[in-house]
Amino acid sequence: MSIDIEAVSKTFGSFSALSDVSLKVPSGELVALLGPSGSGKTSLLRIIAGLETPDSGRILFDGVEATNRQVKDRQVGFVFQHYALFRHMTVFDNIAFGLTVKPKKERPGKQEIKDKVHSLLKLIQLEQLADRYPGQLSGGQRQRVALARALAVEPQVLLLDEPFGALDAKVRVELRRWLRRLHDEIHVTSVFVTHDQEEALEVADRIVVMNQGQIEQQGTPSEVYDRPATPFVYDFLGNVNLFKGRVHEGTAQMGGIKLSSPENASANDAPAVGYVRSHDIAIERDSSEGALKAEVRYLLSVGPLVRVDLSLPDGGPIEVDLPRDEADKLGLKVGDQVFARPRKMRVFVDDYQI
Amino acid sequence: MAWSNRKNNVLPGFTPALGYTVFYLSLIVLIPLSALFFKTATLSWDDFLAAVSAPRVLASYRVTFGASLAAAVVNAFFGVLVAWVLVRYRFPGKKLIDALVDLPFALPTAVAGITLASIYSSNGWLGRYLEPSGIKIAFTPLGIVIAMIFIGLPFVVRTVQPVLEELDQEVEEAASCLGAGRWQTFRRVLLPTMLPAILTGFALAFARAVGEYGSIIFIAGNMPLVSEITPLLIITKLEQYDYAGATAISTVMLVVSFLMLLCINLLQKWSRRFAE
Repeated sequence: MSIDIEAVSKTFGSFSALSDVSLKVPSGELVALLGPSGSGKTSLLRIIAGLETPDSGRILFDGVEATNRQVKDRQVGFVFQHYALFRHMTVFDNIAFGLTVKPKKERPGKQEIKDKVHSLLKLIQLEQLADRYPGQLSGGQRQRVALARALAVEPQVLLLDEPFGALDAKVRVELRRWLRRLHDEIHVTSVFVTHDQEEALEVADRIVVMNQGQIEQQGTPSEVYDRPATPFVYDFLGNVNLFKGRVHEGTAQMGGIKLSSPENASANDAPAVGYVRSHDIAIERDSSEGALKAEVRYLLSVGPLVRVDLSLPDGGPIEVDLPRDEADKLGLKVGDQVFARPRKMRVFVDDYQI
Repeated sequence: MAWSNRKNNVLPGFTPALGYTVFYLSLIVLIPLSALFFKTATLSWDDFLAAVSAPRVLASYRVTFGASLAAAVVNAFFGVLVAWVLVRYRFPGKKLIDALVDLPFALPTAVAGITLASIYSSNGWLGRYLEPSGIKIAFTPLGIVIAMIFIGLPFVVRTVQPVLEELDQEVEEAASCLGAGRWQTFRRVLLPTMLPAILTGFALAFARAVGEYGSIIFIAGNMPLVSEITPLLIITKLEQYDYAGATAISTVMLVVSFLMLLCINLLQKWSRRFAE
């Protein structure tokens, strides 16, 4: 089922959670709403579910107005960050709940419910835990049960609110890969909320980046990561270094580096900020055109990467992530004089402060 | 669990703490109660049976336990309602009503009894309207139930209230996303979560009602075989210097109350089997 969100606004008291948000989610897609806390992503998800009502705007399911439809009639599966399992019911009864509350006429028979629950338990790989209570499960297991419970009623839309937020790092990675595979199998239209850019990039078909109640950019993970539309998106997805300078008719002058910036062809000697990802900077021993002189301040090994903190002569810091073998080859030590060459820089005219 | 868990206890002093607890409970509860049994034991078995199964005594058991049960059931129902309203809704005067709930705890029971009796008597504020339509409350077993409801009200409210406050709103939202209506959500999700607390409140209200004396004797009318409660009968025996007879009846009350509370506790344990 496709979802259309048309010009939705929502305020809580004086706080504007969503302002004039429009979004289309095509049928069968897995979409991530990505943004910092307070960006309105959870409000939007709850409005789709019917748990909140928008102040203005419309929600359409498959082109049919659903703004005022009751939660229980929307056929949405909702997965909460803190699972929200019924703790007085066994895993089996939790999953069966949605089937057993159906009106008498539509309710499947006992055996049918049993078969359905067992096939879902198989799907979440927890068949042997059917008689346990939620209190006896680990966080990852609980969230899988919550997912099975949501899927039991065969929802038209699956909504997940920071589904992996309460789990530890390793379980989180396992579970989100599992969710991706699951979606490839069942193809239910899904929207999930996250503040973790890595999670969004890895799991989603499409990412919607939100900030202050508005959509900053939407696109495939590579579009959003490689071609950020705004400084906010650049900053939110990955580590960035900022260079201050000026841009004039398509050419930018950034702290001693000259580069072409065709997006800013109309700029007239305007102050600008250049954004460079920390892994888009090369470190060289020898001076060359387009490289900045800098001093190594700090070295830190982070797994396969080495984080190098440099400082420019004017004191400005630069963060560089080098692959381990490249760092070994350079043999860097704190205090070394090196040259930093930005491989890729995106220049935005400075009318925007992050 | 081992009965001594020295290893993983933050506070030292398992032995003195347990020792003091046993000593204290013995002094306050066990010794007075065992004195009751010793005094009863001065009776022969036949005398004991005669004392505790006289028709007037049997009738008083029925009145006491029957009325207590009825009052506890009513309190369980309306106590949940009051707790629900106090937790879920915001309205002017909420704090006042919250404080009002505890009043039956603080009021001297005799005052409560006299007040209730005067309100429900045939010329009282409420009695004058109820009596013409055939509902007699003062000086009947119904009056006893009313008094017991009054003194037992705070128990259910105060045990259910914190549970309701801690209840996660998301659980209800999850239920409605799964297609459950309001009533289904209440019956299948909220009620089972509240049940242990309701049973605790029920047990406390019941126990309080069984032991209640002061507020009831004013409204009960105290007619032998009809509206005479067991505690009153015990006082009557004491006034006649029949100490052994009084303690015999007390013993029966004690044992029955203990068994009933034990049953409720087991039921409560079953109802929270999920919380491990």
